[in-house]
Amino acid sequence: MIKRPKPERFRLRRTMMFMNAQKPGLIKDAYIYGCDSIMLDLEDAVAENQKDAARFSLYHALTTIDYGSTEVIVRINGLDTPHWQEDIRVCVAGGADGIRIAKCESAQDVRTVEAAVEAAEKEFGVEVGRTLLMAALESPKGILNAYEICSASDRMFGVAISGGDFRKCMQTTFQPDGVDMLAARGQMLLAARAAGIQCFDTVFTDLDDDAGFEAEVRQNKAMGFDGKSLINPKQIRLVHQVFTPTEKEVRQAEKIVRAIEEQAKLGIGVFTVDGKMLDIAFVPGAKRTLKLAKACGMYEGDLV
Amino acid sequence: MKNAVGREIPDFLLVDGKEVYQGKQYMDGKYIQKVGPRTRRYETPQETKVVASLVDALKLCGARDGMTFSFHHALRNGDFVANMVMKAAIEEMGLKDLTIAATSLGDANDPIADYIEQGKVIGIQTSGIRGRMGEVVSAGKLKTPAIIRSHGGRPRAIEAGEVHIDIAFVAAPTSDCVGNCRGIGGKSNCGSLGYAITDSRFADYVVVVTDCLVDFPNFPASVEAIDVDAVVVVDSIGNPKKIASAAARISQNPRDLMMAENVAKVIASTPYFKDGFVFQTGVGGPSLAANLFLEKYMDERNIQMGLAVGGICKPMVELLKKGKVRAAVDVQDFDLDAVNSINQTPGHFEMSASQYANPANKGAFVNKLDFVVLAALEIDTDFNVNVLTGSDGVLRGAPGGHPDTAAGSKVCIIVTPLIRGRMATVCEKVVTVTTPGDCVDVLVTDYGIAVNPLRPDLVECLDKAGIPHVSIESLKDKAYSLVGRPDDLQWEDQVVAVLEARDGTILDVVRKVKPLEL
Repeated sequence: MIKRPKPERFRLRRTMMFMNAQKPGLIKDAYIYGCDSIMLDLEDAVAENQKDAARFSLYHALTTIDYGSTEVIVRINGLDTPHWQEDIRVCVAGGADGIRIAKCESAQDVRTVEAAVEAAEKEFGVEVGRTLLMAALESPKGILNAYEICSASDRMFGVAISGGDFRKCMQTTFQPDGVDMLAARGQMLLAARAAGIQCFDTVFTDLDDDAGFEAEVRQNKAMGFDGKSLINPKQIRLVHQVFTPTEKEVRQAEKIVRAIEEQAKLGIGVFTVDGKMLDIAFVPGAKRTLKLAKACGMYEGDLV
Repeated sequence: MKNAVGREIPDFLLVDGKEVYQGKQYMDGKYIQKVGPRTRRYETPQETKVVASLVDALKLCGARDGMTFSFHHALRNGDFVANMVMKAAIEEMGLKDLTIAATSLGDANDPIADYIEQGKVIGIQTSGIRGRMGEVVSAGKLKTPAIIRSHGGRPRAIEAGEVHIDIAFVAAPTSDCVGNCRGIGGKSNCGSLGYAITDSRFADYVVVVTDCLVDFPNFPASVEAIDVDAVVVVDSIGNPKKIASAAARISQNPRDLMMAENVAKVIASTPYFKDGFVFQTGVGGPSLAANLFLEKYMDERNIQMGLAVGGICKPMVELLKKGKVRAAVDVQDFDLDAVNSINQTPGHFEMSASQYANPANKGAFVNKLDFVVLAALEIDTDFNVNVLTGSDGVLRGAPGGHPDTAAGSKVCIIVTPLIRGRMATVCEKVVTVTTPGDCVDVLVTDYGIAVNPLRPDLVECLDKAGIPHVSIESLKDKAYSLVGRPDDLQWEDQVVAVLEARDGTILDVVRKVKPLEL
């Protein structure tokens, strides 16, 4: 039986690739494509009369396939279904790294799932607190309650928006410029940052529209998302490219951190480098770039 | 006697100067005595060489028991001609003890399996064998061991007289009344006729079989009237749908695409990836998709491909038309786009199999290859490749140009998924060695890349470019951990096929498979 190491609450999560937990051909080696996390789906991808079969498939995948350093998250069925409790037991028994709460609308939803997870951890002899949580916001109510959801539990590592359901609720459709979800994405990002957790954008479903996909990913990055949900391995490359800092950004960040540390020793607070004003306020941003670069394997220094 | 790839070659095969495989380029600098055919003089001007039937043509050429007939496979799985000729010779003329020397044989030739079972066909020499023919040969029903040669090894053997062709049958999409043949302009077009060229020059007799007679002269001709004895017009030489597929599509399978991208990355990391580089790729999923990613790197570095060697299909024709490839020279065209391009698109030319891949001539095209991207049924931890026998030991494949391009190229890349169904592609020992490991440089799988330790220079290239790679042993272990290590195959003593290396030495033998007992 594969024993996965204790999940890290905050790690690199540029890409989360969805796949049907019932499809052995997909889940047997999904890690080879190099996404940061895989999302094994028990919810919408699985037909109503196949939920049991999908749980068996999921359990055996979790316990027999070595996914290595790829994070393994499971999307469980909504709290309004008869499936979610059994889904949670399987996730915990199989040792999934985290659970994605579908259709989350309140802090209470998070706490309900957390209680069931804790019970399952005790039932299966898993360290209490090991299993991480993330919430999917799929309705206007979920978006309005984003902050209480994001801060509802220490297990929460992130929050994501689910575009399909959300657009339906808002009586709109996909718009190439993202205006259909602009407010929701913004509100969710504000909540996630305020709560200190990560934030992920929804899937892009038109696999033939390369330009549209790239535009959306670049907008995601510009808005401040940590990563994106994906439906096909061929989407991974671009997201990694966009969400990985460039060589230039890394070198610049390194320079800023070093310069500010050196100047601080000399008692200087504000100064200029390459014509730009720098002070202590630039350090967190630069350090975040370096941490991201380190996680992406492109920075090996000791500044972070 | 054990050869350089560790295969035991039985002594009875090592006669008349036959040697076991000694390693890459062992024959370099040695001499070859070419043989010439004994051909009939036609001094009296002939109005036409068209005869009424295949039987008439066979009679004209003095067909008799024990002869060797040759065929080319440019019509691939759509070919009707080999079956028609064998039927006329065996069923209408009652000939027996015949040997077939084909450039390749496929499922289309299934009916010939009956003649093997009846003992009428006693010898097979080919670059590929599949379908029922592969099964009956593997079952030990052919009187003499089949001889499997690469596309380059075959013209070498013909020129050296190791195989003597009595009558060459050239299936021709178009011919004029005296036998000038082309692969285009008819109703069953195949494009290049490169595989037929050597046969037409070295056979005692040459019979052209066409379903489209055109005005004289059918020029520029691939097979020339000066070598042709007779022309037979039939209703149809083949099924056009199976001769050239509709445009070869680039795979959308994410696994293929990932491997293809890694192939392109490996190529772009080497010093040979520079303006004017020479390239060949197969038409399999990941091999073909490599074109797509390679184009990106070519654009980035602002370089062009100097020459595409092939096997050509649509994606390469498009690069040629876009000016990103300066020339394409091929022995075979895989789809209609390539068929309609050869000798039409500027820079797209035909070549003979000898010109393509023969190791004994003074410089075949394969020797100019910078990169070749190839598939494999199996590859072992010594980088030996099998593209001939299935996991059950039965003949079902074709070395084709695999060993030739691997040996000639500066970088030979094998691309294959780590496992197929329940079978490990990367294994301890391949069933049959068709391409020796000393010619194979890089393996790209969906689970990782491995570089042949014989190529430390390429290891350095990959490291410099930050392309992760692992040992081939670790890939084999991973494969076995997923699907298990298969039991060894059980063989009987009888040798059913001999695998000749391209230089004429013996690389491996295939024995009769022991029937499964439960």
